[in-house]
Amino acid sequence: MTATTAPTEGIVNSLTSGRLPKWAPWALLGGSWLAMGVLFGLMAAATESDFNPVLALFVGTVLFDVLIFIVAYLVEGIRQAKNRLVTSLVMTAFIIALLPLVSLLATVLINGLPRFDIVYFTESMRNVVGEGGGALHAIIGTLEMTGMATLISVPIGLLTSIYLVEYGTGTLAKAITFFVDVMTGIPSIVAGLFAFTFFALITGDPGIRFGFGGAVALSLLMVPVVVRSSEEMLKLVPNELREASYALGVPKWLTILKIVIPTSIAGITTGITLAIARVIGETAPLLIIAGYTTSMNYDLFSDRMMSLPVFVYNQYANPGSDVQPYLDRAWAGALTLILIVMALNLVARLIARIFSPKLGR
Amino acid sequence: MTTVTPSPRAKLRPADRIFSGATVIAGSIILAALAAVAIFLLAQSVPALVVDPAELKGSPSSFWEYVAPLAFGTVWSAFLALLMALPISLGIALFISHYAPRRVAQTLGYIIDLLAAVPSVVFGLWGIKILAPAIVPLYTWLVDNAGWFPLFSPPVSGTGRTILTVAIVLAVMIIPIITAICREVFLQTPVLHEEAALALGATRWEMIQMAVLPFGRPGIISAAMLGLGRALGETMVVAMVLSPAVLITFVLTGSQNSPTIAGNIALNFPEAYGVNVNALIATGLILFIITLIINSVARFVINRRKAFSGAN
Repeated sequence: MTATTAPTEGIVNSLTSGRLPKWAPWALLGGSWLAMGVLFGLMAAATESDFNPVLALFVGTVLFDVLIFIVAYLVEGIRQAKNRLVTSLVMTAFIIALLPLVSLLATVLINGLPRFDIVYFTESMRNVVGEGGGALHAIIGTLEMTGMATLISVPIGLLTSIYLVEYGTGTLAKAITFFVDVMTGIPSIVAGLFAFTFFALITGDPGIRFGFGGAVALSLLMVPVVVRSSEEMLKLVPNELREASYALGVPKWLTILKIVIPTSIAGITTGITLAIARVIGETAPLLIIAGYTTSMNYDLFSDRMMSLPVFVYNQYANPGSDVQPYLDRAWAGALTLILIVMALNLVARLIARIFSPKLGR
Repeated sequence: MTTVTPSPRAKLRPADRIFSGATVIAGSIILAALAAVAIFLLAQSVPALVVDPAELKGSPSSFWEYVAPLAFGTVWSAFLALLMALPISLGIALFISHYAPRRVAQTLGYIIDLLAAVPSVVFGLWGIKILAPAIVPLYTWLVDNAGWFPLFSPPVSGTGRTILTVAIVLAVMIIPIITAICREVFLQTPVLHEEAALALGATRWEMIQMAVLPFGRPGIISAAMLGLGRALGETMVVAMVLSPAVLITFVLTGSQNSPTIAGNIALNFPEAYGVNVNALIATGLILFIITLIINSVARFVINRRKAFSGAN
């Protein structure tokens, strides 16, 4: 740094005078963190309690917010001070949001790994009390119900988005657009209650629990996501492609099937993958309509069916006399869920990046 | 095609009719499903409304007395969550849209989206096992030093399973959705407005105050409402973290908390029988109507905003 600043030494630049140097905020931030780290470290040593780095980091950041305002006010005046205060507050907000994310991922990883073993993925909970047992029945249930939900919602969602982009112009299209948006906000437990009342009335069984109902509840949550994302993707297809196809005498439905959908298939797949990632972690609707069981059940249309999120909840909520093995299984289930969701998100982004057509945007 | 066709209209082939018919049917199924949700919930709610209220759980004097604490707890926890999430989300959205270097902005957006990807049951597990024990000292301190304030009146909860803990977890869960919408809206601000403000010598904050926030205000309001709708309907976190009692209370740090509709359904539905099932479904219908109204208004505001955002 000294080499570059040397030539201007001695010259007072009127544009930069009265301004804090560029390193000042960073030095203040580091200083605040350090000061709070030392302070909390001393306090922890004095009271013989555990040192809490998260709290130290948080209080240090708040201290920095106050300090930067005072320093900037003294050196630069009130307008720059406000500007710097907001800049630091905005960064603080980001850091505050990161704290729970980091804490959550760390605890799930630490607590989930002890039971993240072969037995966990090859055995069910049938006749298991205390240690041992696994989540195979829950994983199978989750895969079957999510798969069925995908089978229901992808055709409906895709056809609806085609209607909205290629055919719909009138009141029906407007109504569908509006209510699809509204549907994205339906509480998941209401979807579960709907599936329960629907099938309870149809079958006449007031205590009905089965996997297909879970799939219906999930597809109610999944359809709006599929419609929205597919619609965005279909809109991106350039009109020139459609017109070229019409000019060659290709009928409209073939144009859509052979030109529009292949062009946007990467984006549509991404949207479907993200929709699956959204519903695979849903707990409440499956708790209502699919219930819980400790045994394997491959049949979607009869008997209770376990799913991974409900398994996590059930292991936590109904433990045996020795709580620890149940909690370990719950954390391992949480870790599995997070890994599945992250993998789906990653796959979606990869598909979008690799296969998307290069549009001049 | 040797002869000139008399009509310039495209020939409608049977396949065309079938295909377009299928798309219309698919769209109609969605509308029918939404209507079916309302109709079936209503049909199954009626028994709970007409039955002698003494048969309901807790033997209330009327159905509405049964619902009141639930409705209050739902709104109160969602309101607290929104109160915490909104400023933080605005900060993050501004950070990503106007402060962070453009190259890393997208990555930061992904990181916040990661929060949205975490299943709610995992948030519940984290809230009860990590956050609740960790936050007890703070509650004890608050009740000891600010116990005169009605929100923190003693006795303090020994487990941390209070409505404030629930609201904190809910806030973390709705931050991504509010952030995502605010970010989109802020990015739509006409660049000319921003540059004009900067050219007149405004600092970055003054530019945001003058150009970005006024432009984005409808978007911020609807983002907040969508976040509120999500917090109202969130089930597993409440079911796992809250220690509920049947009463209406504003106290944030006590061991007696108002229950929420969604949490109450999840806790009681698996063991419910007879008319209590109908009562739970009726509360679900109330939740559905509340969220439907909030979401409709929010979407209406956003959609109206879309029409005049031709500025960019």
